Amino acid sequence: MRKSAAAVTALSAAALIAAAPGFAQEKVLILATTTSTQDSGLLDVLVPVFEKQSGLMVKTIAVGSGQAMTMGLKGEADVLLVHSPAAEKKFMEDGFGTRRLLVMHNDFVIVGPAADPAKIKGLMNTADALKTIGAAGGTFISRGDNSGTHAKEKTLWTAAGINPEGQAWYQQTGLGMGQTLNVASEKGFYTLADRGTYLAMKKILALEILVEGEKNLLNVYHVIEVSQAKWPKVNATGAKAFADFMVADETQKTIGGFGIEKYGAPLFFPDAGKAE
Amino acid sequence: MSTGVAILEVRDFRIRRGGAEVLNLPSIAVAPGETLALIGPNGAGKSTLLLGLSGIEPPSAGELLFRGARVPAGAAALDYRRRVAMVFQEPLLFDTTVFENVATGLRLRRFPKEELGRRVAESLERFRIGHLAGRSARTLSGGEAQRASIARAMAVAPEILLLDEPFAALDPPAREALLEDLAHTLHETGTTTVFATHDRAEAQRLADRVAVLDCGRLRQIGTAEEVLRRPADSFVASFVGVENLLPVTLTAAGEGGAFIGRLEGGKSVAGIAAPDCALLAVGGAAPGMRVGSEGLICVRPEDVVVAAGGTGAAPDGENRLQGLVAAVVPQGPFLKVSIDCGLRVVAAVSGHVARAHALEPGSAVTVVLRPADLYVIPRG
Amino acid sequence: MELIWQGIREAFGLIFGFDAEIWRISLLSLRISGTATFISLLLGVSAGTALALTRFPGRRVLVSLVNTGMGLPPVVVGLFVSIFLWRNGPLGALGLLYTPTAMIIAQSVIATPIVTGISLAAVQQLPPKLRLQILALGATRWQMVRLLLREARLPLLAAVMAGFGGVISEVGASIMVGGNIKGSTRVLTTATVMETGRGNFDVAIALSVILLLLTFAVNYLLTRIQQAERPR
Repeated sequence: MRKSAAAVTALSAAALIAAAPGFAQEKVLILATTTSTQDSGLLDVLVPVFEKQSGLMVKTIAVGSGQAMTMGLKGEADVLLVHSPAAEKKFMEDGFGTRRLLVMHNDFVIVGPAADPAKIKGLMNTADALKTIGAAGGTFISRGDNSGTHAKEKTLWTAAGINPEGQAWYQQTGLGMGQTLNVASEKGFYTLADRGTYLAMKKILALEILVEGEKNLLNVYHVIEVSQAKWPKVNATGAKAFADFMVADETQKTIGGFGIEKYGAPLFFPDAGKAE
Repeated sequence: MSTGVAILEVRDFRIRRGGAEVLNLPSIAVAPGETLALIGPNGAGKSTLLLGLSGIEPPSAGELLFRGARVPAGAAALDYRRRVAMVFQEPLLFDTTVFENVATGLRLRRFPKEELGRRVAESLERFRIGHLAGRSARTLSGGEAQRASIARAMAVAPEILLLDEPFAALDPPAREALLEDLAHTLHETGTTTVFATHDRAEAQRLADRVAVLDCGRLRQIGTAEEVLRRPADSFVASFVGVENLLPVTLTAAGEGGAFIGRLEGGKSVAGIAAPDCALLAVGGAAPGMRVGSEGLICVRPEDVVVAAGGTGAAPDGENRLQGLVAAVVPQGPFLKVSIDCGLRVVAAVSGHVARAHALEPGSAVTVVLRPADLYVIPRG
Repeated sequence: MELIWQGIREAFGLIFGFDAEIWRISLLSLRISGTATFISLLLGVSAGTALALTRFPGRRVLVSLVNTGMGLPPVVVGLFVSIFLWRNGPLGALGLLYTPTAMIIAQSVIATPIVTGISLAAVQQLPPKLRLQILALGATRWQMVRLLLREARLPLLAAVMAGFGGVISEVGASIMVGGNIKGSTRVLTTATVMETGRGNFDVAIALSVILLLLTFAVNYLLTRIQQAERPR
């Protein structure tokens, strides 16, 4: 009994030590990004390439947009890959970021049931489409989680001059894109989704793309290096390497080709170096 | 008690619990091979004393001596504790086989496997539970479980065996059988034993000496005969079952410690003359009793002789009282007969005698108190 | 319903197809929760036994804290542990955030009160005189504790199973302190949440099935030990 207790203790001590982190902080890069970015699968392709090139270990933390920005504000992340332009600009203005580079974009689409009771299919004007949904007896479901998608949705409502909060035809899930799409599919609701997630889930959804293409439906991604000036522990060299990597030609090519095989269309459009 | 060095002794032994002193014993000594019974009411301190003797509970003051050497407190007492074993009222067996239970003490002492097996088998046999060795302790009857508990204690061949009311929870047949086997084993092994009991019969059967405890203090210690028939005071007397405490004033001294005394408080009973006030009380009196002292005559119910009706001159040296039977109550193997002879006397007679004399409430009887059975103690 | 069957089929396909990722995630779940359970076993049984066998002022308050700790929301634990482990937090220098060690720490904090509370009850319900009886047979203090624990082995093993169950199934704290990073801190529960969020229900169900099978297997083993050696 005593011997086996000693053996087990030794084993677990070994397990713990094996599980212990490397204390070399320069080897680790914390990348804060959004769940929708991670869910697209793009990072599963890009990050291993970057890790091999740079020798760094990248910890991809996928959270809501708000939390990703906050991690940058608190110096808990080294580099951000996000798509909330308004919040990002403020972030840079307040001096939390060293560089902010345009990486790529994808777009949002308004999806809904094939039957389309509000008859918004094919409308080019997003604002009109949004106005019609409630009036025509359809229901709009929002993520309502302060994510990038939600932020975009709010700007669209503002542009349409409608305040949907509290209206009977407006509901919120507080959940991620995938789950919200599921709810919309089950219940025949309308929702705003990024094309990438929609395409990835298309085969199990009973939803169709009804409105697309307008400029204000664009979803623009930037990579931001968190400033070491505010938070000394930030891995500034690693962040710089990652930012450079994201806008490098090779990477941009990979981004442009991502998703074609699986979904028949690219999920993202590379934009590095272009004007905003 | 045989002369010789006491194997176990307490001196100025005090134990405090919760701020109160629960045990205070100036001196008790146990001879090697002796069996000492501790009797006393609940809360007298019997269990506390046993725990103190076991080395588990060190005294707040005073000392415990084993073979003349002081037993230390705390971890250093382990050596002594390993020479002592204790059995409680509940069997307190472990959730495993009977064999494993009995082997516990030996395993704690790291006995080698073969020796252990031998000792366990021997102990099981001694208490006739060899056939239960592989059984789960949970399935034993009360008697079997207590046998296992005692076998467990005896397996380590302790130099001192302590038992705290070991038979109290057993039914009479189980108690009888186990008592026999234990008495036999103790005799065979010569183990020094101290045990607490409520049962006078147990004390008489097993013990060489009896100690009477009350409120943490020793009231009397002596052979069973001494304690039962020559109690130290009225407390001990009533505790050991002396139901007749008759107020008396000693009027004259006889030979060899005998006295003559006059009974008090007798009023005459209808139809019967007032009790004869002249008595002989031989077999002595407690120290300090002299002519003129007021005391109590102790006579045990089983020593009271009852005969049917009739008066007659008492032969010299006999004490006779006339009375009427007030009640006849069965009590165990006896019948308790309460007799009103101006004072109340209780006699214990067998059913056989009761029938022979046709004893029933209202019968006229003669009560005979033999001087040898009488003992005078102080009042109060 | 079809979805569930599909998920179950997919689960077995993944297991027996030796899908590397699934195996890695499963083994990591076992390693992290197993280590946390072991730590909570050491701490919890010691603390529970000590609380059961000793008396001191304030003991009752401590016992209440333990009992409250049993119902501690794992998410709350995750939040506080991550605050401590943030780079700029008090223990930031250790660089433990988003590592399996952080998850082990959080899960140990979750499981230890559970194991402590049940161990405390287990030892307290032993007959009060049993302790004296063991000492009266010549046991040292440590031998006595060992014998008491062996006597209470049924509820103590239940405590271990409760602790393990509480952490193998835990997701909130694991996500917060682990980050669900592929290859290093992604475990069955966090992967299930992620796959559900992506809408990959078949994979999510498969992972759930694997988690259930794993938990059952571990508990089966522990139950065997718990119910062993009980003579009739």
